[in-house]
Amino acid sequence: MAFSEQEILSGLAEIVNEETGLAVDAVQLDKSFTDDLDIDSLSMMTIVVNAEEKFGVRIPDDDVKNLKTVGDAVSYIQTAQA
Amino acid sequence: MSGPRIAPSTGAAHTRLLSVGAYRPQRVVTNDEICERIDSSDQWIRERSGIVTRRWAAPDESVSDMAEAAARVAVERAGLVPSDIDAVLVATVTHPWQTPSAAALVAHRLGASPAAALDLSAACAGFCYGLSLASDMIRGGSARHVLVIGAEKLSDFTDVTDRSTAFIFGDGAGAVVVGPSDRPGIGPTVWGTDGAQWDAIRNRTSWLDYRGEDDATWPHLTMAGQTVFRWAVWQMSPMARKALDAAGLSPEDLAAFVPHQANARIIDGMVKLLGLPAHVHVARDVAQSGNTSAASIPLAMDRLLAEGSAPSGSPALLIGFGAGLAYAAQVVELP
Repeated sequence: MAFSEQEILSGLAEIVNEETGLAVDAVQLDKSFTDDLDIDSLSMMTIVVNAEEKFGVRIPDDDVKNLKTVGDAVSYIQTAQA
Repeated sequence: MSGPRIAPSTGAAHTRLLSVGAYRPQRVVTNDEICERIDSSDQWIRERSGIVTRRWAAPDESVSDMAEAAARVAVERAGLVPSDIDAVLVATVTHPWQTPSAAALVAHRLGASPAAALDLSAACAGFCYGLSLASDMIRGGSARHVLVIGAEKLSDFTDVTDRSTAFIFGDGAGAVVVGPSDRPGIGPTVWGTDGAQWDAIRNRTSWLDYRGEDDATWPHLTMAGQTVFRWAVWQMSPMARKALDAAGLSPEDLAAFVPHQANARIIDGMVKLLGLPAHVHVARDVAQSGNTSAASIPLAMDRLLAEGSAPSGSPALLIGFGAGLAYAAQVVELP
């Protein structure tokens, strides 16, 4: 069963919260991982691996650099699970 | 079949680490000094790597010099003399001669000649590769005492203007003597490579590209940080667990965890995934030494024994991982 955009966003927000301690409602579609949420490259990789597990998708290393905003990640996961 | 038969070789039933020795170059390099040539800060470096300082060798101090210094300490602490050493293995990726080996020179300078001697190119996994080979050599009967040395002068191959790698590397050497034992002191090795990721950590150029032309082609080390981080934490933790299982032990049985000192964030990730209990001492020499590749595990082991963090004779889980990509893990009894 595919996850909806809202389910992916809230799941991702939980993962970000666990890795960084950021409040879940700070994780919004238009937020940049680096500029707004201050997530560094290693934390980003931890978030990616946990998202892969949670949503049953594969996000290759080369694609991670294209995930600039939370919205980029949500739509990547939506497409990848289809 | 008739005719003459070749006599079988017979070795010791078991092996263990008899001693460890370390050599740390005198010069301490702070993050502030690193930041004189890159746009970064002490705080940024600490947050991303856990590195506070690293040691850099003097310009006239070589990989062989450092290897020899660490080896002398290890031989003495083993209660041996250099002529007791049958083989010298030097794990290194920064001995700047394709040939001859650093090991042959180290064996000669130590007074261990005519010990068999060779260098091992398995990068940050090199020390654990060497332990595995040494143990098997002794059990197979081709040596009785083997010096395994990890020695690196990574400062020669560090691009001090590259903000993603300039702060990572350090210099130093660590050595152990492996010898026969009446009980198993070195567990089964879990090892392998993933050459599909050959590009993830490597010299930027080959010697052929360089040919002394200009500094822009010097074979500095480069690294795909995120790729290596993902591989190290999520692929290597299961290998460490496999080595523990192969030794017939559980995380509760360990006194220490001594992973390759690449980055404190990798160590944190591995500790979490392995579920190590709080009593297991986790080596964090990376804070003072940076990443010294093949030297990092024996250097960290020497520090934890010197600080009394785990007793001699207690079990420690080792795992080396790095360029190749190559990895090796085993449980050892601390010397």
